[in-house]
Amino acid sequence: MRHLLDTRTLSREDALRILDVAEDMADTQRREVKKLPTLRGKTVVNLFFEDSTRTRISFEAAAKRLSADVINFSAKGSSVSKGESLQDTAQTLQAMGADAVVIRHGASGAPRTLATSGWISAGVVNAGDGTHEHPTQALLDAFTIRKRRFGADSRGRDLAGIRVTIVGDVLHSRVARSNVWLLTTLGAHVTLVSPPTLVPQDVSRWPVEVLYGLDEALAREPDAVMMLRIQLERMNAAYFPTEREYSRIWGLDARRASALPADTMVLHPGPMNRGLEISAEAADSARSTVLEQVANGVSVRMAALYLLLAGAGPDDRNAADEESPR
Amino acid sequence: MSTRTVLYEADIARALTRISHEILESNKGPEGLVLLGIPTRGTTLAQRIGALVGDFGGIAVPVGALDVTMYRDDLHRNPTRTPQPTDIPSVGIDGRTVVLVDDVLFSGRSIRAALDALQDIGRPVAVRLATLVDRGHRQLPIRPDFVGKNLPSAREERVNVRLREVDGVEEVTIES
Repeated sequence: MRHLLDTRTLSREDALRILDVAEDMADTQRREVKKLPTLRGKTVVNLFFEDSTRTRISFEAAAKRLSADVINFSAKGSSVSKGESLQDTAQTLQAMGADAVVIRHGASGAPRTLATSGWISAGVVNAGDGTHEHPTQALLDAFTIRKRRFGADSRGRDLAGIRVTIVGDVLHSRVARSNVWLLTTLGAHVTLVSPPTLVPQDVSRWPVEVLYGLDEALAREPDAVMMLRIQLERMNAAYFPTEREYSRIWGLDARRASALPADTMVLHPGPMNRGLEISAEAADSARSTVLEQVANGVSVRMAALYLLLAGAGPDDRNAADEESPR
Repeated sequence: MSTRTVLYEADIARALTRISHEILESNKGPEGLVLLGIPTRGTTLAQRIGALVGDFGGIAVPVGALDVTMYRDDLHRNPTRTPQPTDIPSVGIDGRTVVLVDDVLFSGRSIRAALDALQDIGRPVAVRLATLVDRGHRQLPIRPDFVGKNLPSAREERVNVRLREVDGVEEVTIES
């Protein structure tokens, strides 16, 4: 694997490989010594043009647990605010010897530009770009669903037959997009529930079912319900009348949560707007996977960095001819 | 290119039986032993030896698997390897005698990686090494304690261990 840019083009085989390696990484995270020497001498740059706390520290923890050196670069207070272009920033990182760049950018497609431009030779991991994709979030969600469902028996399994309902602001959500592609690749059946104003225009071409009523969707007893954050920072138009009305119609309140089957899990990518899209009762209940998602996020990102960085790079392919001793 | 079989099914069974007795002898009984196989075939061999040691010693011996992929020193020289599961028995390894089990001992680099991996998991009182085949050409100061068969080989020859559970056949061959 050279880059991790989206889940739309990620094959079932590659997705399962990441999830299975993440299982091994998760095992190491239960040990007394959590650090592995695997990426010693490699440099990972976190290049964040948008605010992020949990994704950045999750990538930082993942890289550090694998013994890579981490350089954090946030656009605020950097040369970018002085007008430096993505190309110049990338070339600066290249000159500093970055082996992988984890990029979050407000513009959809920025990671692909970085990966295909020829400005840098480092592997590129998309940590969220505009309203396009957030592949590691979808991978950790799939990992969490698989782990809850199959427990220690998770390795090698896909999500065939599992029904996932994604609720909320699909229009602005890169998490929803990445999940739709990944979960369907893995065999799950995805249903979207959203106010009509927050459904993307091209949704008819997605491999999903779309409903407008949350109660109708929950009555079908899905295996997993994923609540999306209402992204107030991206809402520059009136998509729904008031927050209270949204919460009443599309929020997972205590009544709706308690009516779900006992083994239905509730996912949320965080940060949560408690009382808006998810009630405190639902967020703190046993069916909530929010904290598992955070822990699993580190394992999944360790797996992605491992698969990107540990093998022979494109420059030393001939080293692979030297058969490993047996 | 020629292939010849150096160990048949009965030879492998005899070698594992002898290794099991030797482990019991050197440990003065089955107490405090933990067997850890190095995936893939080392794990299978560890399970077989564990069953034999349990039979001969009278008490069950904990058996697990220790993946060394993350600790290898040649990761950046080869295409990305997929790690295998590590499975440490619930008794842990602290204060125990760990016997590492591998199929072929060659350069010694896998064992070096295994020793590093063990250090992150706990502190055994002693670490021993059992291998079905020792083919020589060590690159590190590592030697096995229990050997099924010493197999002098040329560096460019290839030694293949095939086990029924993994490969469907039971043999050790050498390709030159």
